[in-house]
Amino acid sequence: MSTVPGSESSEGWHRLHSLSPFVRAGRGVIALVVVLVPSLFTAGKTGSSLGELGVIVVVLVVGIVSWLVTRWRVEGQELRVETGLLKRQSLRYPLAQLQAIDVVRPGLARLFGLAELRLRMGGSTGDQARLAYLPERDAEQLRARLLLLAQGAGDVLPPRSPEDVLVTIPTGRLIASILISRPGLTAESLAAAIIAIAVAAPDVAGAVIGSGVAPALAIFTIVWRRFNQEYRLTVAETRDGLSLRGGLIALTAETIRPGRVQAVRMSEPLLWRLFGWCRLEVAVAGRQRRKGEGAEAGRSLRTVLPVGSRTLALELLDRIVAGVPEELSTPPTRARLKSPLRYHFLAWGFSSDCAVATSGRVRRVTTWVPLAKVQSLRRVEGPVQRRLRLASIHLDTAGRHVRAAIRDRDRGEADSALASLIQLSRRARDAAG
Amino acid sequence: MTTQRAGVEEELAWRSLSPRLYAVRGAEVAAGTALAAAVSGVAAGLVSGLGVALAAAAVALLAGLTVASFVRRRIRAWGYCERDDDLLVRRGVLVRRLSVVPYGRMQFIDVTAGPVERSFGLATVRMHTAAAASDARIPGLPNAEAARLRDRLATLGEARASGL
Repeated sequence: MSTVPGSESSEGWHRLHSLSPFVRAGRGVIALVVVLVPSLFTAGKTGSSLGELGVIVVVLVVGIVSWLVTRWRVEGQELRVETGLLKRQSLRYPLAQLQAIDVVRPGLARLFGLAELRLRMGGSTGDQARLAYLPERDAEQLRARLLLLAQGAGDVLPPRSPEDVLVTIPTGRLIASILISRPGLTAESLAAAIIAIAVAAPDVAGAVIGSGVAPALAIFTIVWRRFNQEYRLTVAETRDGLSLRGGLIALTAETIRPGRVQAVRMSEPLLWRLFGWCRLEVAVAGRQRRKGEGAEAGRSLRTVLPVGSRTLALELLDRIVAGVPEELSTPPTRARLKSPLRYHFLAWGFSSDCAVATSGRVRRVTTWVPLAKVQSLRRVEGPVQRRLRLASIHLDTAGRHVRAAIRDRDRGEADSALASLIQLSRRARDAAG
Repeated sequence: MTTQRAGVEEELAWRSLSPRLYAVRGAEVAAGTALAAAVSGVAAGLVSGLGVALAAAAVALLAGLTVASFVRRRIRAWGYCERDDDLLVRRGVLVRRLSVVPYGRMQFIDVTAGPVERSFGLATVRMHTAAAASDARIPGLPNAEAARLRDRLATLGEARASGL
């Protein structure tokens, strides 16, 4: 058995890299600065800086202690992590439930050549295992090894799997697409408004901008984050699955394992359609969001193609989902009365492996759901639909990000579709084991 | 109200909720109505005369009766059916919903009973899948039936569990 090199201790236990607490504290410091800078502007006092320093020292000490008591090792088909000083925790992550592994390199970690490994586990109790931080090379090797283990292969260090680059997103196109996307347009109009106020009424501008700084910051952060994450995103096909690498400051590398995809969504916003662009996102079963958690904790939607042509998206789709239905059928014309705005986008189709539904009012959204991944089916018939003899069928997929609905079909068609979807998804589920 | 349903729902042995649920919901509606009638009657009585107070109370009572009839229809429309591979739950009067939850997709089953339900010996069974949108809830089951359903679903779910 060959092991991943690292700071080894007894019986194959490893520590995280010794610089980890400093990198973590560094991120804390940045967060503190972000929080405290506005208060500095308003208060204008420097007396509180001693307190801030104290906070940083405490963060650092806590980080060092947590580093000292944290160790991990690969045990058969499991990753074990032990942590905690007072409340000792021993966490086991069975690799059979592994959904994906991300290698994340935040800006500060990159300076020191470190990387964080995030293991996304499936199941409703599934958690995210985090190993922060490992040396970059070790992280890559460990990732390859864990993926191999997850596929049931032996405990052998594999050679770096060859990859076949499918697409890299051109930066110019990415910028253009973000500029005409919804958050982009919001940010631009906000910026234009701020400039207009500053020019027209310089004396009130300070107060207006001051009061609107928080929402503006939020929108600019969204736009920035999108650019930062999707910068030079490279999609490649590897033996482990589809690999995604990219990022401007924080580099991320993720691998989407085949057969773990719950749904695929393609969206085509109004302005993007002028250029024939679309966006392809994949829903992977991850941790479900629970009450009181932020949206980020439940994120399970990954962008495979931030912007690209339809043909490219469909080509990628073929590698992600098997048996993509070719033919789509449109709803009866009386559905126009129920969904006047959606009507021209509504369609659906299915094969023995996969169902597809399109919808959307302004932006066209196409959703593919592998039938083996359908969690439950719902038939819904509202009062207007009943009058028009229409019904909708919803395909529920894991998580809460993607919803696929076959809207406003003739009632008879909906009934037979529901019956055959029940049959087909059971067969697909049985075939998948 | 038309009760005939077609397609998947045809010719199945649908089970309905316990008749005691009418009493539970009826008690809830009656309590709400009594409160509304008392408050509106007293308020109207203070502002103007006795006649107006009685009229306000009567309006509140009428509204309560309407709600009660809606609640009744809602309970009557609710049903569930255990098939070989999946559980069907149908509900709704205005918006009709039919949920199909394969046993293999169930992640866990909740049995809850509020204080009013409990005093009538009823419980609510709810199935959860990995999908947040899945919605299969059966209220107003007698305790014994709720326990039977829970155990049966748990056994079937375990036997047919499939990975994500």
